[in-house]
Amino acid sequence: MTPLVDLRQVSVTFGTSQGPILAVSAVDLAIRPGEIVGIAGESGSGKTTLCRAIMGALPDEARLSGEIWFAGTRISGRPVAEIRRLWGREIAMVLQNPMTALDPLYPIGSQIDEMIGVRFGAAALPGRALEILRSVHLTAPELRLRQYPHQLSGGMRQRVLIGMASATRAKLLLADEPTTALDATIQEEILVLFREIRDRSGTAIVIVTHDLGVIRRVCERVIVMYGGRVVEDGPTEAVFTAPRHPYTRALLESLPRIEGEEIVLQAIDGQVPDPSELGDFCPFSPRCRLAREACLAKFPGETRVTGAHRVFCWAAEQPP
Amino acid sequence: MNAGTVTPAAEQALPRRRRLGRWRPLQSPGLPLLATATCAVLVAAAVLGPWISPYAKDSVDLANAIAPPAWQPDGTAAHLLGTDQLGRDVLSRLIAGARISLAAAAAATLLGGSIGVAVGVVAGYIGGLADAVAMRISDAFLAVPFILLALAVVAVLGSGFGNIILVIVVTNWPRYARLVRSEVIGIKHRDFVTLARIAGVPPARIMLRHILPNTLNSVTVLGILDVGRAIILESSLSFLGVGIQPPDVSWGLMLADGRTLLGFAWWLTTLPGVVIVAAVMSFNTLGYWLKARLDPRAGA
Amino acid sequence: MISSAEPALEPMVRVDGLSKSFPVRGRGLLARAAEVLAVEDVSFTINAGSTFGLVGESGSGKSTIARILLKLEIPSAGRVLVEGRDIFRQTKSEEKAYRRLVQAVLQDPYGALSPRMRVRSIVAEPLAAQGESRGAIDAAVPRLLEAVGLPSQLGPSYPHQFSGGQRQRIAIARALSVEPRLLVLDEPVSALDVSIRAQVLALLRDMQQRMGLTYLFIGHDLAVVNYLSARVGVLYFGRVVEIGDSNDVLRRPLHPYTRRLVAIAAMREPLGRNRLQGELPDPRNRPSGCHFRTRCPLATDICAEERPPLHPFRARRLVACHHAERAEEADVPPIAAVPG
Repeated sequence: MTPLVDLRQVSVTFGTSQGPILAVSAVDLAIRPGEIVGIAGESGSGKTTLCRAIMGALPDEARLSGEIWFAGTRISGRPVAEIRRLWGREIAMVLQNPMTALDPLYPIGSQIDEMIGVRFGAAALPGRALEILRSVHLTAPELRLRQYPHQLSGGMRQRVLIGMASATRAKLLLADEPTTALDATIQEEILVLFREIRDRSGTAIVIVTHDLGVIRRVCERVIVMYGGRVVEDGPTEAVFTAPRHPYTRALLESLPRIEGEEIVLQAIDGQVPDPSELGDFCPFSPRCRLAREACLAKFPGETRVTGAHRVFCWAAEQPP
Repeated sequence: MNAGTVTPAAEQALPRRRRLGRWRPLQSPGLPLLATATCAVLVAAAVLGPWISPYAKDSVDLANAIAPPAWQPDGTAAHLLGTDQLGRDVLSRLIAGARISLAAAAAATLLGGSIGVAVGVVAGYIGGLADAVAMRISDAFLAVPFILLALAVVAVLGSGFGNIILVIVVTNWPRYARLVRSEVIGIKHRDFVTLARIAGVPPARIMLRHILPNTLNSVTVLGILDVGRAIILESSLSFLGVGIQPPDVSWGLMLADGRTLLGFAWWLTTLPGVVIVAAVMSFNTLGYWLKARLDPRAGA
Repeated sequence: MISSAEPALEPMVRVDGLSKSFPVRGRGLLARAAEVLAVEDVSFTINAGSTFGLVGESGSGKSTIARILLKLEIPSAGRVLVEGRDIFRQTKSEEKAYRRLVQAVLQDPYGALSPRMRVRSIVAEPLAAQGESRGAIDAAVPRLLEAVGLPSQLGPSYPHQFSGGQRQRIAIARALSVEPRLLVLDEPVSALDVSIRAQVLALLRDMQQRMGLTYLFIGHDLAVVNYLSARVGVLYFGRVVEIGDSNDVLRRPLHPYTRRLVAIAAMREPLGRNRLQGELPDPRNRPSGCHFRTRCPLATDICAEERPPLHPFRARRLVACHHAERAEEADVPPIAAVPG
């Protein structure tokens, strides 16, 4: 099956006054239609830059190398105007802050209508906006149409945005930290929405987040990034129950988690690497208990654990 | 509004691609450099005035009256920028004027700024009644038309250097007060202020140590822009005859003096005019450049 | 059976019937200013040397409680007793002493450090405010930095040179400078990278054991809060809905809201099994009786008529629910997808 999104040896470098900074290094990634994928990483992992690269929204000072293909067509290297035409049609986005993504001056209903009009041409069918609000389980949807963004809570606004995103019938929905500002109980609702959208329309969903709990709950596949590299990529359950990369393992162990009746955690020493200090070696090696010479000399190649599960670690040849 | 789900607000948050032909004058080094150089020259002229001036500012030389600038056919090298109807050297008078105009602008800005910042910090931090009163008072001052106030002060106190500064200070301090107050309202809720309160630091010390230093960026920018404004105000007053009085020299005064001779001695008004424009534009450019550098959100 | 296995000593902190309301501008020109009750009749105790965790989501009032304990806000009703004394009836010298007794670590490591001050001035500020001598301060700063795992020579540096986790350590060093006995920790790790959180939590736990500190740990993440806490209280919409030993609450949560939080945190159930319908109520339009009834699967008439008191239910457990004994029934079956 042709992947929906295909990244081939994608690297992103930022030119700064202190010299080039490697944000993303040599990433090979394919996302299938209808997949719900999580990209997990902390600050400096490159996950947000990767998301921006897929959207075609890198800043001026970024240099992209490698190729990005979407639905069988190459989009990297295309003029910005062309890529932007994909927005709202093929690719929809839900960004981190639901506070700022809606125009505060217009009621919700008119913003939805306008989006529909632009996307589908001609005037929206009356009641379409209402349908969209219902599809995201907003309480009192008729009232919400007339309300302004500031009258809705963060969770409600996020639902409106997700509704608008899914109404575009886009093939790919990118969500950058969609639940970060929300309470746990509301988060759950948003995650259920994502699942429903995929089940209903076959939209592929990519969730970029540092919150492993979110990924575990809704994503079928997880891609773990560290220091600009993909270090592990596989089915969520497999990666979370039997992680093969030392970083994934350490990360999971460092989360306070409920084990039986206790809360346990195990801290990782050291810091997240500074982006200016990255290169062709494993970025996790300074903090890794299993580090050896090879790790400092060259970034590991791909090791296939199973057909769908791959890891990039010199120590991964032997199971733990 | 928008296309698709990316609303204008969201699009602002996304990094922008370069559009061809978008002119960003403040990001190339040329313009700010020129502005800085001009300001430096003017300040140097003001400071070193008496020593670099070819002539005294009021040395009369009727034999050479109304001489055009040196590059004109009738000009002489002895008076690079020509002379006025009394034979006084224009260049020397411009230099002397720089001293007065810049000194007035600097003094008015520093004084007005100090008063305004003090009021703004206290009003913003304490809030409540003190804030409301301070803001109403500053509104009142802002509402007074400058010229009216200037004329009133001159009528009561007479004209002259000190009174010019007084007039400018009275009309510019509220701008600092308002700017600083709104910044302080944002700063005082930040955690480092909260933690200082938790540590038992007294309010006065909090204002001095934590609040004030964090407003300095915007105050400095406003100050530099204010210098340009003060130059214009002082020049206007002097032009109208209610500002700097002879035998002191000011660019505005030179404009007034040369006005009647505009037809055949264009340099007497044009040169001071050019200098005023150059001074104001240089300070303004410097101010905006500084603002762009200091304020990450204002970016070009 | 109600066991009174409480320690015989007076707890270090006793919060009694605490309420706090804020005025909110009314709509329209002539509308009366409304009042929003952020904290309603909250009571709990903290024993010396232990950690009390306060779990709540947005609108729960947890940060307001922290601010009241730090004397940044004045309660509308109720008392706060620290070491037996009412903190809102203090003399000037008692207030100064209180600023030595209680310190705080807040959520935002980037906002917590004054950008134009050197680290040594930041860390020493509470000591300076207490009037300590220059010599004592200069000696204390390197020691404090080491105590939080930072190199002792970092004094002359500026905050912008440090990462989030390091800044939070500096903030902790500063809090420790006056040798407080009570630390109010308001979401101290929420803004940190996931792999750094564990480091800071481990540091806090270590400090508590070494120095016998008492903590009030406030957060929204049940697992994080429970990690450090001996006892935990759950807040919803300004009221306490449950209090108990933290492991016990995890093992057997009784209030329907707590059950949701635990189920989500423990990830025991697949997506969609722990749904909580509806939204937080409008603070200006508080539901009668039990606040939670608008989202509670067990709600009945009595829930709308009578506010459930926080009453002892089992050993060392307090719950505010009319139907606590039906706790297990509160788990919700998956909702069928709404068509369209």
